[in-house]
Amino acid sequence: MTLDNEQIERYSRQILLREVGGKGQEKLLASRVLLVGAGGLGSPAALYLAAAGVGTLGLIDGDRVDRTNLQRQIAHFTPDIGTPKVESAAAKLAALNPGVKIETYTEHATADNILEIAGRYDFVIDGTDNFSAKFLINDACYFAERPFSHAGILRFDGQLLTVLPGRTACYRCLFGGPPPAGAVPSCSQAGVLGSMAGVIGCLQATEALKCLLGAGELLTDRMLIFEALALRFREVKLRRNPRCPLCGENPTITTLVEADPVVCDLREARR
Amino acid sequence: MQITVNGKSVQTREGITVTELLVEQKVKTPEYVSVELNGEILDRETFPATVVPDGATVEFLYFMGGGAR
Ligand SMILES: [Zn+2]
Repeated sequence: MTLDNEQIERYSRQILLREVGGKGQEKLLASRVLLVGAGGLGSPAALYLAAAGVGTLGLIDGDRVDRTNLQRQIAHFTPDIGTPKVESAAAKLAALNPGVKIETYTEHATADNILEIAGRYDFVIDGTDNFSAKFLINDACYFAERPFSHAGILRFDGQLLTVLPGRTACYRCLFGGPPPAGAVPSCSQAGVLGSMAGVIGCLQATEALKCLLGAGELLTDRMLIFEALALRFREVKLRRNPRCPLCGENPTITTLVEADPVVCDLREARR
Repeated sequence: MQITVNGKSVQTREGITVTELLVEQKVKTPEYVSVELNGEILDRETFPATVVPDGATVEFLYFMGGGAR
């Protein structure tokens, strides 16, 4: 693939970067990133990845746009209320950069679909809101051997971790398994500042771009903790846990199974 | 004795266990918090018997969802 004049112009500000250059830009255009969840985290991540010219973006989300989403899910606009999130987001991405191919999956990630879908992409972004999905993505990326970015946001806090499955600490190395439904507060119960999704989602996009370009050091074996009220970024050093049920020495999880659909959202749990 | 909890310097008593520290630090749902002591993730079952040494670095890691909905 060689860049045409329009592409050179569009991507000029990042082609200028030594870590990108024409070769890196071509690499991005040939790359595929999957966004699981087209909401708070997925919106900014997808917009920046499309702007950067990641050639193919996959969006998987079974939800429709709700008025309560608009405070932080910036790919969705007021007239989109009621529209499937993947369609709403795909329209914005296409308008931003028609050179990017968008693949949409209007369904939730499950043990039946995610392994196969994730396997079609080079990098996966976890932009989901519930813990069964977060563990499912962690496990699917392990079995599909795909690098991914985990993130979570709540109130004024955020957390971020990049995982190279089988090589660096995974989400289960830290947390083992999901908490029971309703045990841990969710954004819809405890609230979240909208810009938290922007900060953390943009960091996820940055990790995806670095991984695709092979630039710099990924946020592996360390969890980034962002505390907005103090405006403080902290890092917690991690290492692979030999007792991890997935990537440890005696794994108990050997195939992809979904935990009981544990949602961190009580409203959802009652549905 | 002086320890570091989530990046902050904390004064606590000698011999305190991880379980007691979770209470002392008013952690709301200690059963769903992962604890890293001096760089090592602890098994939950060991919290009551694990004594926090002087000068320790302790991290409470919380479940954080957020994102789509
Ligand atoms: Zn692991």
